[in-house]
Amino acid sequence: MSPQRLPARPGEVIDRDRALAFTWNGRAVSGLAGDTIASALAAGGCRVFSRSMKYHRPRGILTADYWDPNTLLQVGEEPNVRAGHRLLEAGMAVSAQNAWPSVRWDAKVLTNLGGRALSAGFYYKTFMRPRWLWPAYEKVLARFAPGGVIDAGSAPRRHDKRYAHPDVVVAGGGPAGLAAAVAAARAGAGVLLVEHEHALGGHLRWGTKHERSIAAALADAAQVAGVEILTDATVTGRWEDNWLAIVERGGAGGPERLIKARAKVLVVAAGLIERPYVFAGNDRPGVMLSQGARRLLNLWAVRPGSRAVVWSANTAGDAAAADLEAAGVAVEHVDARAGCTVAAAQGRRGGLEQVVLSDGTRLEADLLVTAAGWTAPTSLLNMAGVRPRYDPAAARFFPAEPDVPEAGTVLSTGGISGDGSLDELVGHGEATGRLAAARAATLAHRLQVATAWAAPVDGREPPEAPDERTPLGRDPHPELYRSSTDGIVDLSEDVSSRDLRHGAAEGFDSVELVKRWTTATMGSAQGKLETVNTVAVLADATDSTISEVGTTTWRPPFAPVTLGALAGRMFEPVRISSLHDLHVAAGMTPIQAGQWIRPEHYGDPAAEVRNVRTNVGIIDVSPLGKLDIQGPDAADLLSLLYVNKWRRLAAGAVRYGVMCAEDGVILDDGVTGRLGEDHYLMSTTSSGSGAMEVWIQNWLQTEHPDWRVRVTPVTDAYTSINVAGPRSRTLLERLVDDVDLGPEAFKYMQVRRGTVAGVAGCVMWRIGFTGELSYELHVPAGFGPHVWQALLAAGADLGVAPFGLEAQRIMRLEKGHFIVGQDTDALTKAPTAGLERLIKLDKPDFCGRPELQWALDGEPGAEDPEALPRLVAVQPTDPAYVPPEACQIVVAGSDGNERIIGRITSSRFSPTLERSICLAQVEAAHAAPEGTLTIVGTDGRRRSALIIAHHAHFDPEGERLRV
Amino acid sequence: MLLVPCPHCGPRNSADLTLVGESESRPDPSATTPVEWRAYLYEEHNPAGWTRETWYCRLGCGRFFVTERHRGQNRFRNPPLGAPDESARRR
Repeated sequence: MSPQRLPARPGEVIDRDRALAFTWNGRAVSGLAGDTIASALAAGGCRVFSRSMKYHRPRGILTADYWDPNTLLQVGEEPNVRAGHRLLEAGMAVSAQNAWPSVRWDAKVLTNLGGRALSAGFYYKTFMRPRWLWPAYEKVLARFAPGGVIDAGSAPRRHDKRYAHPDVVVAGGGPAGLAAAVAAARAGAGVLLVEHEHALGGHLRWGTKHERSIAAALADAAQVAGVEILTDATVTGRWEDNWLAIVERGGAGGPERLIKARAKVLVVAAGLIERPYVFAGNDRPGVMLSQGARRLLNLWAVRPGSRAVVWSANTAGDAAAADLEAAGVAVEHVDARAGCTVAAAQGRRGGLEQVVLSDGTRLEADLLVTAAGWTAPTSLLNMAGVRPRYDPAAARFFPAEPDVPEAGTVLSTGGISGDGSLDELVGHGEATGRLAAARAATLAHRLQVATAWAAPVDGREPPEAPDERTPLGRDPHPELYRSSTDGIVDLSEDVSSRDLRHGAAEGFDSVELVKRWTTATMGSAQGKLETVNTVAVLADATDSTISEVGTTTWRPPFAPVTLGALAGRMFEPVRISSLHDLHVAAGMTPIQAGQWIRPEHYGDPAAEVRNVRTNVGIIDVSPLGKLDIQGPDAADLLSLLYVNKWRRLAAGAVRYGVMCAEDGVILDDGVTGRLGEDHYLMSTTSSGSGAMEVWIQNWLQTEHPDWRVRVTPVTDAYTSINVAGPRSRTLLERLVDDVDLGPEAFKYMQVRRGTVAGVAGCVMWRIGFTGELSYELHVPAGFGPHVWQALLAAGADLGVAPFGLEAQRIMRLEKGHFIVGQDTDALTKAPTAGLERLIKLDKPDFCGRPELQWALDGEPGAEDPEALPRLVAVQPTDPAYVPPEACQIVVAGSDGNERIIGRITSSRFSPTLERSICLAQVEAAHAAPEGTLTIVGTDGRRRSALIIAHHAHFDPEGERLRV
Repeated sequence: MLLVPCPHCGPRNSADLTLVGESESRPDPSATTPVEWRAYLYEEHNPAGWTRETWYCRLGCGRFFVTERHRGQNRFRNPPLGAPDESARRR
């Protein structure tokens, strides 16, 4: 390793006064601020950066940029860092990947290219059979797999997300992209310019003094024009209506930030990517593309070699030769346009010592620079539906004439569109920017017209902007893809031209097939370097043309995105009631129920049950959905929503109701109380509250917009507390003085409004989900903690204690109350739950009426209503056995095989009855009371259980709640 | 992601809304047949052309509205803004 840093050069991006110390495979080395990891290592004389994926061949710098397939390195705990792109930082611990014991001496090296051992499809063919050996194969193969090391114990990193709404997004900050951004911004558009590299300017950055000054002037103009500039960021995906995924690396939003941008117009100015040439030894360290050599030399002042052969088919290659010569490198300039090609690169130990040309000439060299042509990264255009078309005269693909509806909002400029002088490229960019701004303005106006209620339309629609750009020309370029010898086509995946030919011979003769068979284009470079060469080799092998073979489909992402950036932060809210802090102080065990954090219990749910059954308990039921319904048509709305009747509900009364969907399936249940003439308070299940609100709005807005009724969600406006137990009345009487709580004055299923613990405006209804005498208090939420504490204080001598969700679930199961979604499912129609008497078919209309009528009366000429399964209460014969929920219930069939006839939907051990209790859904034929069922436990054992007469295991007559 | 033209909120990401379905009128529940009712409940016509659709602006105004979408090209066009459309369907 001898130092290769040259004396200061104009245009270099390094700071020679700031040395950065880092380690390379454990050895202390140093680079300069502004270096990439790869340029710093190359300046130190490093030639071998990695070992190839399959053959473990030594690899060096090829492109010296993001897409370099040979410089993926481990940096600290981060694997697969693109060292050609990542800027050097002091203290980095950089090491080679995929090499053992070292990158210089790799024990697994197989320099015999294309040896039978690892031909295409080798893994498929060799390790398919026997299948049972796969775990053993996997262990061995994992040692050969490429990639770095992940540290599972590394600290989590936070990734932000950002949403942006620019008028115009320009992808690519080269001369054309910069000019487009400036012109669009000057025309009044909000512009976001996204540049993949660390600085603006594109290929001008490593060009002549004049080119660099143009880049600087354009970058200044972009600043002045108010363009938002993102560097080290990539537009990586494009979807409908220019929904763009932009990945921003190393900014304020974390190691990577995903920006979701909605642009009106997208300008694709992604430039051109230089294409490698395929020949024997084309992957040796020392073989480099012209852009790689110029970047090393002109950006980082690194001498890429001492004796160079520059094989050039274009002006970029000629410029590389001139730059190298000026830097004191001995250069042999071979002109590809004269017909001479490279046949082989040779040397000992995987290095480069001589270059063999197609005419047999042998040239000594430690650096071979190739300039064989370009690939247009049309990816973003393809994602918009534009197909690339091959032009043999220019030897590359161009975007075809767009024929997609959105084509007017996706424009391209720069190298993707064609060739030209710097002036022509800038001119085309400017025209594109003006066109983009005009189209964005037209689109903005049309969106405003389409949504005029949101924002009144101002002004007239701008005239449609025609595309009057002078198209860029196309420079002739020889078609140079592969030599007469075989070489590596895909350097990331180690796929040779021979592998591709074999694949075609084996029948994988379309580009999509041979890609999957050989994995060409599927590695870290993702086709940027190798797609067109793959197509060219396949065209040769199948005796067709590049146009006929066509390219593979470019899909998002254009540049890789980390999973962290995709995951970002979670925005899922968590809801807590006003009593949350009190529950925490009381030592609750929390449980998440939907979005709500609720107390599951405060230590011992069974004791909580016993306390409610003997004394009095209080439970926070704030998540219960609550809707305030007011208006003269409120009763009509209730009649429509519920299957039962509501018109004759007296003011001051509460009624239980069930809602069904239009298919007759139970949707929700709850009680609704009539507070006044045209005023109701509806409760829904806690989990269903959000959906019910939408459901009701749907009916009101689309089916009955004429009804005079308003529905207001008040779930969070009230803190809801259920006071349950034989002593609940005694407790409440101590805190309520404006409502007569006597058994005759305030009966079961009635509602009152009054003052609790000094808090006016409370709604109380007397209901009994737990089966005990109980009052549900809806307290203005701000006073929730006050009332809760007042209840605990006032009832200390009565044994009052809070109880949690688990105790409530036990008690409701003791009472046989079903829970929608637990004991019913998406197929459970109302009759299954024994609700026949509730369904009032004499109402002309309610949700689900036709299906329920057919379920009860029989469908004209079809289904027997008795065929619906039944919800039954079940007690296992062994009182200590609690079958887990969802256990199956079976019967022995006539053929001796068991048949599933149902399942346990709820099960608990009842502290009140001191036995196991269940609800189950079973086929109607097996649902008769006193019948015996066979439950299959999770251990596979069969246990018997008895169906009881009533859903309620405890107090079936409901005497306790009517006292 | 589609840009849905909510007439009340302006263009919004489709993830902010819910597509309720094709706008259809509900059969008379007291006179319908199983065939007609279930066709209404379960069948989508899904043409590769223009459809009338009901959308619910879930994270915005909370309104149900009718719009037209070309299902082949995923383009929207709003009907002229006027009185609230009563044929928006719910399921």
